[in-house]
Amino acid sequence: MGVYIVKRISLAVVTLFLVATLTFFLMFLVPGGPFLSEKAPSPQTLQALEKKYGLDKPVGIQYLNYMKGLIKSDLGPSLKMRGRQVNDIIKTGFPISARVGGIAMLLAIIIGIPLGTFSAINRGKWSDNVVMLISTFGIAVPSFVVATVLMYFFGVTLHILPTYGLSTPLHFILPVIALSFYPTAYISRLMRSSMLDVLGQDYMRTAKSKGLSQFKSLFKHALRNAILPVVTYLGPALAYILTGSLVVEKIFTIPGLGSQFVSSITDRDYPLIMGTTIFLAFLLITMNVIVDIVYKIIDPRIKLK
Amino acid sequence: MAQKIIDKKNPLSFHINVSGFDVSDFLPAEESEKQSMVVMRESVNFWKDGARRFRKNTLGMVSLAVIIAIIIFAFIVPLPYPYSYEEQIRGSENLGLMQYSKDELARKETGESVFPHVFGTDSLGRDYMIRIMMGSRISLLVGIIASTIILLIGSTYGAVAGYFGGKVDMIMMRLVDIIYTVPDILIIILLSVTLKYPLKHLAETIPGFNWINTVGVGLISIFVVFSLLYWVGMARIVRSQILTLKEQDFITAAKALGASHSRIIKKHLLTNCIGTLIVTTTLQIPSSIFTESFLSFLGMGVNAPMPSLGSLASQALGGITSYPHRLFLPAITISLIILSFNLLGDGLRDAFDPKLKN
Repeated sequence: MGVYIVKRISLAVVTLFLVATLTFFLMFLVPGGPFLSEKAPSPQTLQALEKKYGLDKPVGIQYLNYMKGLIKSDLGPSLKMRGRQVNDIIKTGFPISARVGGIAMLLAIIIGIPLGTFSAINRGKWSDNVVMLISTFGIAVPSFVVATVLMYFFGVTLHILPTYGLSTPLHFILPVIALSFYPTAYISRLMRSSMLDVLGQDYMRTAKSKGLSQFKSLFKHALRNAILPVVTYLGPALAYILTGSLVVEKIFTIPGLGSQFVSSITDRDYPLIMGTTIFLAFLLITMNVIVDIVYKIIDPRIKLK
Repeated sequence: MAQKIIDKKNPLSFHINVSGFDVSDFLPAEESEKQSMVVMRESVNFWKDGARRFRKNTLGMVSLAVIIAIIIFAFIVPLPYPYSYEEQIRGSENLGLMQYSKDELARKETGESVFPHVFGTDSLGRDYMIRIMMGSRISLLVGIIASTIILLIGSTYGAVAGYFGGKVDMIMMRLVDIIYTVPDILIIILLSVTLKYPLKHLAETIPGFNWINTVGVGLISIFVVFSLLYWVGMARIVRSQILTLKEQDFITAAKALGASHSRIIKKHLLTNCIGTLIVTTTLQIPSSIFTESFLSFLGMGVNAPMPSLGSLASQALGGITSYPHRLFLPAITISLIILSFNLLGDGLRDAFDPKLKN
């Protein structure tokens, strides 16, 4: 168990290092540097700017400086937003995205698990087929389609929900629903097949023959075992929520990290692009490691060893 | 035969009257007589069996029909279509569904037949239907090409890792683990940003690379990232199949007969995985299409004026109150494409490996 944790963490560190290096060197593919896209400054200004941002040193030194900064968790200054540090920008944008994403994830779990269980219990009946049909739609329809269609029906036609910004709790409804659509559908399908597997097991039959009520057997035995595949899905679900937030934040004009990232790409603000990529990669990889370790802990088969 | 052996005076008696027999009764049975005794169906091969099961699956057949319809829509209908996707018709901007502009109405008065803009036009006067057709074409091409790349790289890698086992397998799977951990969307976005300049430089300096401009850097970076990152899922699946297959006797026999490694992998191992390969590839197509439309929506896909269903949807957001059809048409199309491929993949999996169905 301890060996597993060490292996997982070292793999994560290696990957993170690779991502940071890849990101850094990709930025150098862009000719002319980050300042030539604006109206061309005079050569002296260019030199002064390069000196200030350390861009005149050779690539190797710049790389080492950046890596040193990373370890101190300093992601450098933003190039386009003068005077602001990348760390700052991330610090303001991330909590907003985290709030929307976190609620969406919670919603997916709260709705998806009971829905999947319900579908598994009523297997074959029309309620099962209806739920499965809706969830098939949920995993096929892309997130931007869901978001724009929701925005059109509730915001534009019916005018009952606001469509931009996050000022009131009401503003959260549309973005959260749009973001949670796919994970909910996926979790309910996953839960259904996992629950069907568990319900067919011998120990469930034993519990029933001992006279255990359906309610108790469901909650005490079936759910705990059936939920394991869903736990493994939580890692990829987070990745999905992260990328989905890029789209949702653009559509609903939410000033979170996602829209920050997208606009940094169009603005070609390289330190911000690099910083956001590394931060997001760090977040994803860490969450995946945590989920993997938690799964190994709660898997009942491990305890038997 | 029964008339000859039953005792006529006492039908229920068990005595057999052998005088009624002659030599012809005891000749070996002919093929036709043997066939009449056989109650089995004729044996079918793997493909016919799977096809038969697939035909029974109505949802699968319907989705196959939808996909064929979309392929016709995307590749064949544009050929005789009178408008092209980048042709901006002055005076015909912002038309609704089946609307005619003043100029076109005037031309109709003079007796000229003007093809209607079935889906209207966008703000630059480009016919929307042909743009949706081209967008579907791009989506389908991306899906198929990306899945082919993933199939080729992933199955080769997985087969080699699974077949050789031991240290080779361990190293290869370590690499797979690392690549699996890298967050792919971030790298795609990064690559589409940074590859723009080198590729544009390449397109301008070296002749023969002009297609880079039409296709767009976004698409090329999608393909590059697919080749670098997305094949790992396929590799894992193929490897686990190969691990179970290689213990079987026919592989030992092939080795004993002196078959080379590549022959064993190609002719024996991979051909037995074809069912899994087909299903996994078919299910990879919709996620590739999804990634492409997602990136186009964010503005990182194909270059203008080449349309993509994602970029059409993104551009339609601005006029959503006045021209909602501009949003719904690409949205419905992309959802239909992804849904049909998903259902087709599910149907194929049920048809070729019914043990997996719950």
